[in-house]
Amino acid sequence: MLMSPALVALGLIAFVATGAVLLACGFALRILGCWDLASGGELQVRLERRTYLISTLLGFALGAELLSLLLFVHTAESLSSQFVGAMCATGVLNANAFGFPALLLKIAVFFLAALWLLLNRIDNRGYDYPLVRLKYGLLLALAPLTVAEATVQTLYFLGLKPDVITSCCGSLFGADGRGAAAELAGLPPEPTLVAFYGTGAALLVSGLAFRRRLRLGPLFAAGCALAFGVAIAAIIAVLSLYVYENPNHHCPFCLLKAGYGYLGYALYVPLFVAAAAGLGAGLIAPLGRIASLRAVVPGEVRRLTWLALGGFGIFYGLATWVIVRSNLVLLG
Amino acid sequence: MRVAFERQKYLIDYTLAALLRRKTRNLGLLLVYALLVFLFASVLLLSQGLRREAAALLQDAPEVIVQRLAAGRHDLLPADWLDSLRRIRGVSDARGRLWGYYYDPAVKANYTVMAAAERPLAEGEILIGAALARVRAIGVGDVFSLRAASGPPALFKVAGILEPSSELLSADLLLLSESGFRALFQFPPERYTDAVLTVSNPREASTVARKIALALPSSRPILRSEMLRTYDAVFDWREGVTFLALAAPLLAFAVLAWDKAAGLSAEEKREIGILKAIGWETGDILRMKLWEGALLSLTAFLLGYLLAWWQVFHGGARLFAPILKGWAVLYPDFRLTPTVDPGQILIVLAVTVVPYIVATLVPGWRAAIADPDAAMRG
Repeated sequence: MLMSPALVALGLIAFVATGAVLLACGFALRILGCWDLASGGELQVRLERRTYLISTLLGFALGAELLSLLLFVHTAESLSSQFVGAMCATGVLNANAFGFPALLLKIAVFFLAALWLLLNRIDNRGYDYPLVRLKYGLLLALAPLTVAEATVQTLYFLGLKPDVITSCCGSLFGADGRGAAAELAGLPPEPTLVAFYGTGAALLVSGLAFRRRLRLGPLFAAGCALAFGVAIAAIIAVLSLYVYENPNHHCPFCLLKAGYGYLGYALYVPLFVAAAAGLGAGLIAPLGRIASLRAVVPGEVRRLTWLALGGFGIFYGLATWVIVRSNLVLLG
Repeated sequence: MRVAFERQKYLIDYTLAALLRRKTRNLGLLLVYALLVFLFASVLLLSQGLRREAAALLQDAPEVIVQRLAAGRHDLLPADWLDSLRRIRGVSDARGRLWGYYYDPAVKANYTVMAAAERPLAEGEILIGAALARVRAIGVGDVFSLRAASGPPALFKVAGILEPSSELLSADLLLLSESGFRALFQFPPERYTDAVLTVSNPREASTVARKIALALPSSRPILRSEMLRTYDAVFDWREGVTFLALAAPLLAFAVLAWDKAAGLSAEEKREIGILKAIGWETGDILRMKLWEGALLSLTAFLLGYLLAWWQVFHGGARLFAPILKGWAVLYPDFRLTPTVDPGQILIVLAVTVVPYIVATLVPGWRAAIADPDAAMRG
């Protein structure tokens, strides 16, 4: 195994977050079974008191999970110099079978944790704990993922051996290869760009409409999820080519390198924040029907929608700048 | 939004006032906390600086070094190998190097002795490194005596001192002419210590290395990228081990923080009781406690990190240098280039702030859920 402070820090975060989530799960089961706001019994008072602790603890643990995604990608990128054959994070993640599953689990936990934090934030502002069951129900769904993420990440770190010859991004994200990454890399540029900007326009329209009619929440959430997927596909299929000014280099991780001005962070951070905010806005909009949240939800949804549109705006702006500035002629 | 913002502002205001009311108690915790951040940040900043320095130096190192092995040990390389190496496609130049070590009992140190073909040196002249000149207290024009391999002392005239800016490489270096080197060590003619290759396209270096291994089976090609990788791995490993060694102080700190947060004084308990009696909710008290932790963490982090930064880049990094830098009699004197890496800040935050928050959360919550009357009565 490799020994590096970043791996120690990531391990510590995973350990603390998993511990907090498991602790909270035991509590969640009692909440789902015994919560009765009308009761003034001792158990209910204890549960109400404890929910403060649990929700604060989870707030920190899941907040740390959000940061750990960033640290994980940064670490994978910085370890690339230690593996034979690795040019960027792709090679490091490919160094054993657990690298990419760990990344995908971390992304899944990122979105679910963001949603949970949002629900918690809204729940704390209603006077009668309106979302307590929903919140802890979601936690029970989140727990197995967190445990799986911590386990897979640990297996990945333990299995990192510098003498393993790994493959570089060219073989995974090559248009001639096989698998999902190669499929994405092989997408034709022109239709991909049309889909990319088409989704962006559709998202803007649906976002503006959603701000007026909260009923459109699920539609906006679906739009954000779609735009996120299309954006990732566009990065692999087209945008990366413009950045590297090379018609065959499709890697979405080389963008994180200092040589490209850390452009990847400038693209991915707004994209992930926008997608999480958009999904959250769309999914919490229907909660406005709950009496104690009627005053809270519309304002929150509007703010999140702005955040989502702003984030996607930054992403699309940067992407367009990359295309315009590039010396590569891909179309026409 | 504005209301929520104002609310947090008042909470911070109150928390700050409360922290200042118990100055001595909080100062102690703050100092220990800052010390912990200082230790972790020092390790990271120092090894990052060293890694950067090593990478910058190796940028100018040859793409490929070829050694000859005999029975698995480094052996002298025959001059006719150079022609075979030059014939390999992709190699634009191959040069033989003459270098070795010389143990000087007077200072109990090893010198690196090298023949510098590119410098116009006469047979009896020598150039010496700055650290060596300091230790031996000699300067330009002085005579420097080395014991030749044949027995009698060989006398060299110091023709110059190597620039201090290259001290990381030249601290213990002696440069001689080729004939001077061969005479000093009685080195066989037509033999070199090793060979360095220039490869036109650096991306072909590994292919060139494979071809060399095929053409000259008793050779060992060493790539620059391999050296860089080894340096990275060594520094990462040293950092990781130091981090693990710091786990014990970290645990002790978490226990201290827990203890401090759990042992509320009667006065503090009364204060919380009064706050709850005048309408603060459990959530507000908890938020106040979190602000207390956040303010303390932020101050300790800034203090510790800045101190570590100063220590590493301006104070000579005395604290962890023996572990991270390695050790030698003639150690070069060099300054690291100051840098700040956001990834590093995230790592220090993760290993110091996360344990602190975990340790103080439960005691904070216990204080927050206390009934006002019970709290006021103590």
